[in-house]
Amino acid sequence: MSLDTSPPDLRQEARRQIEICNACRYCEGYCAVFPAMTHQKAFADGDITQLANLCHNCRGCYYACQYTEPHEFALNLPAALAEVRVESWERLIRPHGFSRLFQTNGTAIAGLLVVTLAWFFWALFAFRPESGVGFYAHLSHIVMVAIFVPVFLAPLALIAWSVRDYWREVGGGSVRLAHIWSALGAAGRMKNLSGGHGEGCNFENGDRFTDWRRVFHQLMMYGFLLCFASTSVATLMHYVLDWKAPYSLLSLPKLLGVPGGLMMVVGAFGLARLKMKADPELGARRVWKGEMAFILLLGAVAATGLGLYAVKGSGLVPTVLAIHLATVMTLFLLMPYSKMVHGFFRLAALVADAAKQDKA
Amino acid sequence: MKTWPEVFDVAIVGGGNAALCAAITAAEAGAKVVILESAPKTYRGGNSRHTRNFRCMHGGPMSVLTDSYGEDEYFEDLMLVTKGKTDEVLARMAIRQSEECLPWMERRGVRFQPSLSGTLSLSRTNAFFLGGGKALVNAYYNTAADLGVSVAYDAEVTHVHRDGNRITHLEVKIAGAPKTIKARAFVLASGGFQADLDWLARAWGPAAKNFLIRGTPYNRGVVLRDMLDQGADSVGDPTQCHAVAIDGRAPKYDGGIVTRLDCVPFSVVVNREGDRFYDEGEDVWPKRYAIWGRLVAAQPDQVAYALIDSKSIDLFMPSVFPAIKADTIEDLGRQMGLDPAHLRRTVDGFNAACQPGTFHPTQLDGLRTHGLNVPKTNWARPLDTAPFYGYQLRPGVTFTYLGLKVDTRAQVHSPDGPLTNLWAAGEIMAGSILGQGYLAGFGMTIGTVFGRIAGAEAASHVA
Ligand SMILES: Cc1cc2nc3c(=O)[nH]c(=O)nc-3n(C[C@H](O)[C@H](O)[C@H](O)COP(=O)(O)OP(=O)(O)OC[C@H]3O[C@@H](n4cnc5c(N)ncnc54)[C@H](O)[C@@H]3O)c2cc1C
Ligand code: SF4
Ligand code: SF4
Repeated sequence: MSLDTSPPDLRQEARRQIEICNACRYCEGYCAVFPAMTHQKAFADGDITQLANLCHNCRGCYYACQYTEPHEFALNLPAALAEVRVESWERLIRPHGFSRLFQTNGTAIAGLLVVTLAWFFWALFAFRPESGVGFYAHLSHIVMVAIFVPVFLAPLALIAWSVRDYWREVGGGSVRLAHIWSALGAAGRMKNLSGGHGEGCNFENGDRFTDWRRVFHQLMMYGFLLCFASTSVATLMHYVLDWKAPYSLLSLPKLLGVPGGLMMVVGAFGLARLKMKADPELGARRVWKGEMAFILLLGAVAATGLGLYAVKGSGLVPTVLAIHLATVMTLFLLMPYSKMVHGFFRLAALVADAAKQDKA
Repeated sequence: MKTWPEVFDVAIVGGGNAALCAAITAAEAGAKVVILESAPKTYRGGNSRHTRNFRCMHGGPMSVLTDSYGEDEYFEDLMLVTKGKTDEVLARMAIRQSEECLPWMERRGVRFQPSLSGTLSLSRTNAFFLGGGKALVNAYYNTAADLGVSVAYDAEVTHVHRDGNRITHLEVKIAGAPKTIKARAFVLASGGFQADLDWLARAWGPAAKNFLIRGTPYNRGVVLRDMLDQGADSVGDPTQCHAVAIDGRAPKYDGGIVTRLDCVPFSVVVNREGDRFYDEGEDVWPKRYAIWGRLVAAQPDQVAYALIDSKSIDLFMPSVFPAIKADTIEDLGRQMGLDPAHLRRTVDGFNAACQPGTFHPTQLDGLRTHGLNVPKTNWARPLDTAPFYGYQLRPGVTFTYLGLKVDTRAQVHSPDGPLTNLWAAGEIMAGSILGQGYLAGFGMTIGTVFGRIAGAEAASHVA
């Protein structure tokens, strides 16, 4: 698919392919997309957006399809849905220009990182506190909070706004706890990357099934959640218990953070490798570089976080701290404008799907 | 190809289900095997890549199959569709062996899924392949590769060289270049001849040029013809093919499953002249779809038109191409190239013949017309609620019946006795079992059962 295909054409192309699938249904057992298709004969724009966000790009339906090129039906559903998916994030997240820039552009991500990095080096120098231990000796707690709370909350607010718009576009309706529960269950096990038979997907080794993408994705996802939990616990300890960092290796923040960080590093390495092996023609080609840069960024967040533990007490702390804080800040800033956002839309799509299945 | 041995143990002609089952079985027995597939890699797998399920006997719930499906019931189902034109010994053998095929297939990478939505009626008798036939074919090629089977794509076998009661070698065109492949045993699994329109036209008449071929363009019967020319025993009516009514806009070849249309029972079907010609509601669609290919083939220009109104548009599986849509019958006729006034008269006549009663889409509801020369005996409701929809129908050929006659060991025969190192499996010998008609899912059963037999026989011949 070429770069300049405008969104309505992307959707029309996905619709064309979905209508063929809906008359075929051979791939019904692979994932949630095909059962969701069977509820209708005609597909409104919102239906296409929903199906695109349900798709996990496992690629099973590409390799199993008797209609791929050179057949005149030219099926490549994983790519068609990936294009619509990325387009839907770019369209629903404000400001749209940012989205387009960072989704597609690895250099832009790297550029942002350099800017935040430079800023932190300056900040460490400028705001250097009189007292404090651990890394608070370099940047006081209150300054860190002042910097990171808005940088964290503003992107989340933007994402919440866009997910609300998504919900309206796909006709999500009222949410019930059971639907959220079912969606969390599907995401928690990455059910849609299991291939239906539990042997995984066709991401990296042609038509052979492997489970590595699921493994690395879950390492990344759970690793990230552990790190997030670690930071949250530390914040609570700081304010509620008045128990200040640095914490020992057996404290809760470290017990959560160290394994979480390791999982993220392994996950990032694995996902990057798989991405190199996978056929770019079966995804949204346009965003390949942006996605790759984002995986590397996640890996860098974790690696530098672990690095901070490693260099503890040495003269390297300010440098590593600056790099770590810069990666974290870039990650937060990019939450709405990078692959990171897929998690929110995916979850919304899974909840909407559970609700729709219930109604059917 | 550089590492190929001078002489293979077993050479297999074709690259679909039957070929792969034979290749895997022979390779597992230790034979050095080569597969010669005339299609390029992207189109490998013949008609097998278009399939969705196979019919499987079972004594109790097994894998995705519910309940049980015994030998006798299976055999009766077969007798019903073939009107008795069935070889009982071979048929019962295939039926009995189908039960052990399912776990055999699973161990070689084939995965099953519950009956597809819209096909619940088959959940007891037919096991559906997860991802369809191409996924099955992929799994088998991977298994074969792991067993060290050599595969040549774009490799059309043009001649099977017979010397007395033995086969000595094959003449093959690999990527256009002629090559000789020597082996000690041979399995023919190259399907029927339905993709050769000239041959179809010779057998059926010139009308066959208007037929659409539902499956691969590579099954041109080259090897079948070659064997018949060399006196191999044949079986099956050479003038017959299995054809169903499909969407007239389907590609000439390889349109596959999506081009089927399930709307006929809820339609008024007319020919090019705008006249009805057969009872659209004779029976439920799964029992009637196979006769509509012939019915349409017998109409002028081998074309027919199914008309429905908005009451019925959601009663059948979605079509791959959207229906032609109009607010009046006349306009629908115009859009489809039919005489609007004539069509109006046909529809008015039909509507007037419809009777009050309860319409029931999923069972024979006895809602029939009165006073028409061509009655509609179920689901007869007037076409009166705009918008109106239309589909063009054409005959789509699934397979041909003429084939090589084999015995219970899948061996090919000639009037002078068996050819000692030649076996056949799949569509190329299916006529040995099925004389006419077709039972959904039985093609893959035949290919799997006889492919395994042929592979085992060939391997033990060279062991
Ligand atoms: C649209 C469609 C749907 C179907 N669905 C079902 C179903 O759900 N269940 C079912 O049981 N049956 C189904 N059938 C029937 C089924 O496809 C056949 O019965 C089955 O695939 C036959 O397997 P085979 O291996 O004998 O032939 P094929 O799978 O057709 O394989 C023949 C192979 O031989 C190769 N070949 C041909 N000539 C040469 C040559 N000269 N040299 C080298 N190679 C050659 C071809 O390229 C091909 O690879 C369907 C058929 C069609 C068309
Ligand atoms: S991807 Fe191909 S095989 Fe799968 S449902 Fe769609 S058309 Fe059928
Ligand atoms: S790529 Fe995988 S998840 Fe996406 S539609 Fe195809 S089978 Fe489903």
